[in-house]
Amino acid sequence: MVARAPAILPLRLTDAVARVRGKTLVGPVSLTLGASGLTMVIGPNGAGKTTLLRLMHGLERCRGGAVEWAVARDIARRHQAFVFQAPIMMRRRVLDSLAYPLRLTGVGRAQARAAARASAGRFGLNDLLDSWAPMLSGGEKQKLALARALICDPQVLFLDEPCANLDGRATREFEALLTQEAAQGRRIVMSTHDMGQARRLASEVLFLLGGKIHERAPAEAFFAGPETPEARAFLNGDIVE
Amino acid sequence: MNNAISQGFLDALRLIIQFDPALYEIVFLSLKVTVSAVLIASAIGLPLGAWLAVNRFRMRRYAIAVLNAMMGLPPVVVGLFVYMMLSRSGPLGGFGLLFSPTAMVIAQVIIVTPLIASIAHQTLRELWAEYHDLLISMNATRHQRILALIWDGRRALLTAMLAGFGRAIGEVGAIIIVGGNIEHVTRVLTTAIALETAKGNFAFAMGLGLVLIGLAVLVNLGIHIIGRTERASRW
Repeated sequence: MVARAPAILPLRLTDAVARVRGKTLVGPVSLTLGASGLTMVIGPNGAGKTTLLRLMHGLERCRGGAVEWAVARDIARRHQAFVFQAPIMMRRRVLDSLAYPLRLTGVGRAQARAAARASAGRFGLNDLLDSWAPMLSGGEKQKLALARALICDPQVLFLDEPCANLDGRATREFEALLTQEAAQGRRIVMSTHDMGQARRLASEVLFLLGGKIHERAPAEAFFAGPETPEARAFLNGDIVE
Repeated sequence: MNNAISQGFLDALRLIIQFDPALYEIVFLSLKVTVSAVLIASAIGLPLGAWLAVNRFRMRRYAIAVLNAMMGLPPVVVGLFVYMMLSRSGPLGGFGLLFSPTAMVIAQVIIVTPLIASIAHQTLRELWAEYHDLLISMNATRHQRILALIWDGRRALLTAMLAGFGRAIGEVGAIIIVGGNIEHVTRVLTTAIALETAKGNFAFAMGLGLVLIGLAVLVNLGIHIIGRTERASRW
């Protein structure tokens, strides 16, 4: 691990808006993300969970207001990573896929591969290093995506419904890895539609509705009794619009 | 004429088996000119295709339309253009390249580059749609994005290069103008076929034609075996 880079958190959104083809999907949203914890973004389909995460990460352009890190944008970009709902597999072997983010930062091939090899064990990828990444199973792909996201030791890890396409066992393994990461102090911001998963992992909940933050609370308090009737209805399994 | 075709087969076999030096000289020059042209055109066309796939700019649609239109450049016109550029009184006349294999390579590069770039663009555009979010998320620079696309799409890009090879090896209109079909200097398979046909040596021309087709098939097969396409994995 290299010398710790300047802290990129807190992340501050001020009336941030994300628009796609003229349609406002998120915002205006104002919030501050502190240095620790696992923030779970929940809400009904179409509430803007994915777009909010992409907006924070910089994949979606901020069309109004501001998204500001504690450091300059291009420095902040280097210390965060994103795991997509449908893992994007490069047409390479697992070993080279895993080493790729390091290669992008200028690490030599041998050194990047050695680092990839060293990190693979934790993610159960040791026996798969020579496999062709696009041929992996869904669970293996998502674990590779997680390993790849973590290989540059990001300060913030975004995950967009990472377990949406995984079976029970793969989900359990994936959650165990996330729990380890959170315990080591990695800042995690993720979305899910699985309330069980939200209860298991979250330290804080962001309840999104219609592209806006409807309720934000520590996880324990939120699941014990949400303040807003919509969040209560959502937790009850009602359809919320 | 039927007779000429069967005689052509026999002639082709005889020339190949007897290691006819004239034939091998022509085949070797054909390969040298075409392979050089395809390699140079690929060095230009593959990055250009990738660049067009990755970048969004205002004139992009027009640039792609022009590129696609240039795939249909009439070789004779390209030959004429290169001839005028290289002829003694032309702007590049000082290099004395007219009627040399180099001039043939130049003409073929002009013909083949748009084809390779366009096919590369088509395939890499799809790969880019797949990789877009990931590479942006990982902060890949423009240069790194293009390299990743070319490297990961290399199997598909081989097809683009083979298409270029196919166009170049069978091309006659441009290279006969700029090369001049000079024996031992610029005579290649296609120009030799044109000449023999004009002379009425149909059987010999047919023999050369069969060698040309065989050559194209062999090169394609060879590349596919080396490139391990169509094997277990889908790409």
